[in-house]
Parts: sequence; C-alpha cells; structure tokens
Amino acid sequence: MDLVQLQRQLVDYKTSLYNEGFLDEQFTQLQELQDENNPDFVVEVVSLFFEDSERLLNELTKALEQQSVDFKRVDAHVHQLKGSSSSIGAQRVQKVCIAFRNYCEEQNIEGCVKCLQQVRHEYSLVKTKLESMFQLQQQILSAGGSIPM
Amino acid sequence: MRAKQMLATMSHEIRSPLSGVVSMAEILSTTKLDREQKQLLDVMLSSGDLVLQLINDILDLSKVESGVMKLEATKFRPREVVKHVLQTAAASLQKILTLEGHVADDVPIDVIGDVLRIRQILTNLISNAIKFTHEGKVGVKLYLVPEPPFAKEGSQHGSDGSTANQSTTSASKTESYTSTSKTSSDQNEFHGKKNEGLCQNNSHREPGTPVTNGTTDGSEEQVELPATTVWLRCDVYDTGIGIPENALPTLFKKYMQVSADHARKYGGTGLGLAICKQLVELMGGRLTVSSRVNCGSTFTFILPYKGSTSCDSSDDPDDLSDMVDHDAMDEDETAGFFQFLPRTLGSLFSSNGSSRTQKLMPHNIGYAKSHKLDGLSENCYSFPMNNGPPKEIDSAVQISSEPGSSISHSWDPDNKSWICSEKSQAVEMKINTSGPQLPPKRQKKPDVGSLSKLNGRQQVLKNSTTSKPKILLVEDSKINVMVAQSMLKQLGHTIDVVNNGAEAVCAVQKHGYDLVLMDVCMPVMDGLQATRLIRSFEETGNWDAAAKVGIEQDSSQPGHTSPTKRIPIIAMTANALSESADECYANGMDSFVSKPVTFQNLKECLEQYLG
Repeated sequence: MDLVQLQRQLVDYKTSLYNEGFLDEQFTQLQELQDENNPDFVVEVVSLFFEDSERLLNELTKALEQQSVDFKRVDAHVHQLKGSSSSIGAQRVQKVCIAFRNYCEEQNIEGCVKCLQQVRHEYSLVKTKLESMFQLQQQILSAGGSIPM
Repeated sequence: MRAKQMLATMSHEIRSPLSGVVSMAEILSTTKLDREQKQLLDVMLSSGDLVLQLINDILDLSKVESGVMKLEATKFRPREVVKHVLQTAAASLQKILTLEGHVADDVPIDVIGDVLRIRQILTNLISNAIKFTHEGKVGVKLYLVPEPPFAKEGSQHGSDGSTANQSTTSASKTESYTSTSKTSSDQNEFHGKKNEGLCQNNSHREPGTPVTNGTTDGSEEQVELPATTVWLRCDVYDTGIGIPENALPTLFKKYMQVSADHARKYGGTGLGLAICKQLVELMGGRLTVSSRVNCGSTFTFILPYKGSTSCDSSDDPDDLSDMVDHDAMDEDETAGFFQFLPRTLGSLFSSNGSSRTQKLMPHNIGYAKSHKLDGLSENCYSFPMNNGPPKEIDSAVQISSEPGSSISHSWDPDNKSWICSEKSQAVEMKINTSGPQLPPKRQKKPDVGSLSKLNGRQQVLKNSTTSKPKILLVEDSKINVMVAQSMLKQLGHTIDVVNNGAEAVCAVQKHGYDLVLMDVCMPVMDGLQATRLIRSFEETGNWDAAAKVGIEQDSSQPGHTSPTKRIPIIAMTANALSESADECYANGMDSFVSKPVTFQNLKECLEQYLG
C-alpha cells in the first residue's frame, strides 16, 4: 500500500474509533501533548495504561474471587481504572467503570462480576484497536511519511 | 449554602468560555466588517459583557458573603478615580445627560484603600444613576467628613500636608470655574506640562501604586508622618425618576428591584446595590440613599481611608518625579472638577466600524484650546487634566482609546476642525450613529477590564521575587502524573511530584510552593486531609496537626519561612458534581479542575492563581 493510502487509512481508522466511542477528546489532548520534545508521548502513556490496567484487572479478579468480598478494595481498584482510562480517553472502559462502581456501592456481587467481564472485554477491544493504530502509524513512519493528526 | 457554592463554581466554569467568546468578538471587531456585521457584533459584545458582569456580580457577592474577599490596600488618587469612572460612563452614554464630578479641595491627593472595589462601587452607582435618569445630570461629589458616629475605632481623620483641616462639606464646589488658590498656583504648572503630558501620556489605569499585603510603597511620602485615617463621603446624585419611599428598605437586598415593572423596563439583576452595600460595609463604611420621586436620588457612601502622607502641592519636585514613574498624569493632581456635557462623536467613529470606544482609558490625546469655558459651555467637556485648572477648561474631552489603536490616530488630526465646526451643536452623543437601539453599552466593561488587568499587574508584582513558580503535583496514578506533567511542561513549568497526601504535607513543610495541584482520592492520605493540614499550618504557624497524625517534620531542614502566605491548592477531582466541589472548598481548597484534566483547564487555572 502506498504512503497516501496508508495515511488515509489511519485517518479513517482513528475517526471510526472516535465515532464508536472507543476514544474521546481526551485522547486528542494526549496527541496534542506530543511534539519534538516528546515524540513518543502517546505510545508511552498508552503503554503505561495497558500495564496499569492489566495489574488492576488481575487485582479485581482476585478480589472478587474471595469468599468475603471486600467491596471497598474492589471499588478502590475500579476507581483507579476509571481515572486512568478517562485520562487517556478510553471512553468505553471508563463508562463500564462507572457502572462497576455503582455495583460496588450496592455491594452487588453479581453485578460486579458482570462488570468485571465487561470491563475486561472493553479493555481488550481498545487495546487491540490502539495497537493496530500504532502499527499503522509505524508503517507510515517507516515509509518515510508523517502521521496525520 | 451549597447552592451558592455551586453557583459560584459554575460561574467560574461559565466565565472562562464566555470570556473566550467575548475576546474573539473583540478581535473580530477590529477586522473589516460591513455595517450589518458591525451592528450584529455590537449586540454580541454588549450581551456577552452583560452576562460576564452578571457572573462577576454573583462571584463577588458569594465571595463577600463567605468572607473570602480580601481587601487590597493601594495608594491611589481619588480625583483620578472619579474622573476615570465618569469618563468611562460618559463614553458609553447614549442619552443626553451631563455627567459631573466634584472633588473637594480638602480631599487628599493620595489615599490608601481598595481602589478596585471603590471603583466598582462608584461605577455601579453611576451606571444605576444613568440608567434611571432620562434628563438632567448625574454627578459625584467627594469630600472629607469628620469621623462618623458609626465608626468604632477612634481614628483621627486626617488632614495631611497642606490641606485644610477638617472642613466637612465643602461640597459647594459647583459649576463655578473659579479656581482656588491652590489650583491657580498649579496653573502654570499645568500649562507648562501640558504638551509634555500629552506626548508622554501612556497611562490607562489607576495611577495608584500597587502594593502588596497592605504595606505601602516606601517612597518619600511615607518617611516621617504616620498614616492617618480620613473619612471620605461620596454622593452619587442624579435627577432621575427617584425611588418611592416604600421601596427604600429593600433597595439593598439581593435580587430586589424597585418593582417588577422596573425590572422589566430597566433590566438588571438587582445584585448591584447588594454588592455595593456589602463591599462598603466590609471596608468599614456605610451606604445610604435619599430620594424623591421624579426629582432624583442620591446614594451616599462614607468610607475610611488611610491617608498617605504625600504632599498635596504639585509644586513639590519630589512628588512630580515620583509621578513620572507611575502612570500618572501630573497636571490634574489637584483638579477637582470634571464635567462631561452631551456631545456627539458622530462621524468620528463610523470609519472605524464598531469601535470599542467604551474601552476608554484616560489616555487623552486631547489638548487645549484657548477659548474660555463660558463661551463653549454647551459644547465641550471640561477636562482640566490636560489643560489646567478648572478655571481654564478648554479642551474637549477626548474619548480616546489605548495607544496604538486606530481610533486615536484617526481622529487626532481631525480634532481641531471638529471642535471648531461643531461648536454650536449640542447633540446626543452616540457611538453608533446608525445602529438600532442597543442594550446599555458596556458601561462596566472597562472597569472590569481594568479591574482584572490591575489584578494581573498586582499579581505580577507579588510574584516578581520568584522567577519561576513552584508547582507541586500530588497524584497517585502514574498515568495521570504523566499526562499532567506533560501538560505543565508545555505550559513552561517544571514540577515536583508526590504520590499521596502525606508526602504532599512533607513537601510543603520543606519548600514553599506557589501552587499545589492536589488529587482528592489517594492512598495513605487523601487530598482533603492534606489540605486541612496545610491550612492549619498557615493559620497557626506550626505543624502540630500534622505531627498528630504522624507526619514528622524533618528537623534537619528548616521549613519555609512564610507560614501566613496562603498557597493556592487546586483539587483535581474526578467527581465534578457540586457535592465534591463543596467538600473541596470546605476543606480549604481554592478551586478545582475536573478530571480528566485538559490542557485548557490547567492553563486557565494556572493563569488565575499564578497571575
């Protein structure tokens, strides 16, 4: 695929992510923070997000497997996940977290377990999509082009 | 209480984008526009301003009521203030009214007080007066009075320097242009200085010397004599529709208008007088009113001021040289009378489109003509400041704008001929000669503008000792830290980062910060508690409260030395609902930004709190 086609594909892909709610304006904020002084900012932050989220999801799984669930602890983790997903613009993940927190408040185990499933699902979706997007970007860069923002 | 705080919070949030809209509109107005576009833009600007005024009113009121409002102590010149306020009002006047100002001779040249608030009060009263007066005049009388009975402390009312002692109502300084001996001695000065003043004149604002924290400028004025307290009484009078007796008691209450009809006909929120009253009382004074229906009203406020011991006589060379440093107009130091007669500005502005002439600053490019006032009493503005004492009021008031704008250039050369040719006409002054009837034009805007600009300047002065503001970021999430840090870096700041409230307290113990960005929910210690501990230190001067919860001060390092300086602490809260905002304020935070933090929010917050 030639450079222009790649670039167009990237733009379309990004647009679809916004349209489908995977990303929101906060992601745009991140992109705007990337410049010559900080050329890999977005990838760095997002990678950090992946790491952090995986840790949190594991903690959540463990916490919900307990005999007696510590909802405060669960809520604390979800709160963190909500915060970080909102900071990078992972909108759908953030939304599930909001619902998740409500269930925690209600101390509703079933609700929590369901939400955990959902959040895992949304997380893996957005992770895949972001990774694809980064790959596309990398291809463009390797072909000598620049990333259309 | 909550509703009020929420209103205050939202008002803050609303104000920023609204300012943005108004600023953009202002910029638009300097571009090439056809007549229709200019008219539309004018409406936009007026409306935007009105809303901004409203918001500022609301914020002011809640600030005053919650006791958060801090009063400044600035040295300023009452005559200047009166003149500027009248000038501004005159500029946007759309009715045939005479505006006048009398400042008694015994009023000191300089006094110390919260000039911004005083301007605000004066502007408010004057614009009210104008609003409710359809013919005749609106004026300001300022004079020294003995300490009023309601004053608690026994403060000596001052006479400083060469002023007459304890003359009370020398308010009989009316339309006569006979100068007093004092001003006549200044005549030569004024004449001599006149052209100089014109050329060098770059001042826009209060010539007062901004001071910080109530200390006064250590110039020569302060050396020998202790400051005294002077009580100045200010009457804002008009020949307007008056106020019925039964409406007087509720006049200063919030949201009250004289009647529903009044509200409908004249608009307004009814907040202005309430704010004025609160402010006046906060400053230790009183605001009263007397009125007769169909005759007019007089609003009176009496305030105490610390007298500065600066010389009154403008002959004093020290004084003059000192003034050169300020944005001062030397000549009018003792001029006590100003009058703005109705006048047309007609074609002057049409070439400039929707000229923002309301953004008037007392930077007058006007100059003297040698005709006596009597001959021209119908048609010119007496403006002693450029031309000398009241006796020789010759120049027309030049409604000028800030230097560099096209308005000042465009009519400068025209001036001469304009004055001469329109001698015999006294026409209603309009800015927009052909526009439709627009809402009251931006009467407060220059004041607000200058208020905020002056604030900015004062803040700059405060920060002038540190070249770079020190910011502390308190945040547990690594991702949020990364994002915030990057934003702050783009804004040109380097920051210290800690991950919880306890670490934040330690950091504050060790260093002085100019701003703290505090996450609310954190492990170990949350943001609210950390803020409480920091405030406790600021209030008590010690860290006992922190020690109680286990935070030991590192004794090897001396803590920073100014415990009473309040650090702005900004909450970063994920919960943007009003409950959370309330909690933040209740725990001592100054403001908040909602998460996720955006670049713009951060920028505005920093601008607000770092100046």
